[in-house]
Amino acid sequence: MNAFIRGFKDGIPIALGYIAVSFTFGLTAVTGGLTVWQATMISLMCVTSAGQFAGIDIMLAAGGYMEMAMAQLVINLRYALMSISLSQKADSSMNFFARLFVGFGVTDEIFAVAVGNNKSISRKYMFGLIVLPWLSWTFGTLGGALLGSILPEILASAFGIAIYGMFLAIIIPAARDDNKIIGVLMVAVSISLLLYYTPLKHHISQGFAIITAAVAASLFGALVYPIDNETTEEMKEVSQ
Amino acid sequence: MTNSRFFIYLLVMAAVTYLIRALPLVLIRHKIENRFIASFLYYVPYAVLGCMTFPAIFYSTNDLYSAAVGTFTSFLFAYQKKSLLFVAVSAVLAALIVKVIL
Repeated sequence: MNAFIRGFKDGIPIALGYIAVSFTFGLTAVTGGLTVWQATMISLMCVTSAGQFAGIDIMLAAGGYMEMAMAQLVINLRYALMSISLSQKADSSMNFFARLFVGFGVTDEIFAVAVGNNKSISRKYMFGLIVLPWLSWTFGTLGGALLGSILPEILASAFGIAIYGMFLAIIIPAARDDNKIIGVLMVAVSISLLLYYTPLKHHISQGFAIITAAVAASLFGALVYPIDNETTEEMKEVSQ
Repeated sequence: MTNSRFFIYLLVMAAVTYLIRALPLVLIRHKIENRFIASFLYYVPYAVLGCMTFPAIFYSTNDLYSAAVGTFTSFLFAYQKKSLLFVAVSAVLAALIVKVIL
């Protein structure tokens, strides 16, 4: 059980951070028109911040199921990279069923902590690491969804910027240290602004706008600034 | 939105998100050698977060002034490499202060 407890302790700061963001998610979902239990179910089953925020936008705009699937695929594609990276460090205790479970709990923060730990990754460590953030994500959403309806409007609207603040806290430090990332961000944001502020807006939904801008910018990055293997290693350090 | 429609959305979301995370962990056990694919995957998180943040952040608080000040605050603290939680809470507080003043 030692590895489980070690993982559990490593998960505490992640869980604390998740309460604030999942509270915002619950609040945003209910403000937008979902019920309390719908918001909570989404967090319980998906455990992904950006994907869930985009997901409720698509739901509330009555978007198509294929649009939903594509949006989740593109927004969450980064998890595939993290899972591949984690599988490199997994020890022999990570059998088939353990991998099926651990795959459910790969988030940016859990990935960052797991790869930041210099030892190889065991099944028990990952179980311990994932369980508390998962619970705090779910119950934070429930709290936000319940309190969201009694929270003053001025406070509720101010909370709307929280998730974007978090996104900036991920991309700005990375861009600061890497001109290639600045280039990719400029392309992504330019396309996003173009799709929003021109008549194209009426022809393309928000979900597809994200997909289009993100895929185009990543392709641009891959073509113009291909990375070497060392950069992949650096990314692990940056994401801590 | 009907309940059945919600459940289909939820299943699509949960299934796609789960498969993206679990399949590589279960199936791929060697390092990706293809430089183009590795590069593409490397840039995806930044590109996604960039286009999800702009221009949405300007409309996230229901008025442009508080959003602008919140955005500036986020930039400032993110540039100083403050934690995700710190940056998020500062942005909310900055937006709130502007809303209370105006």
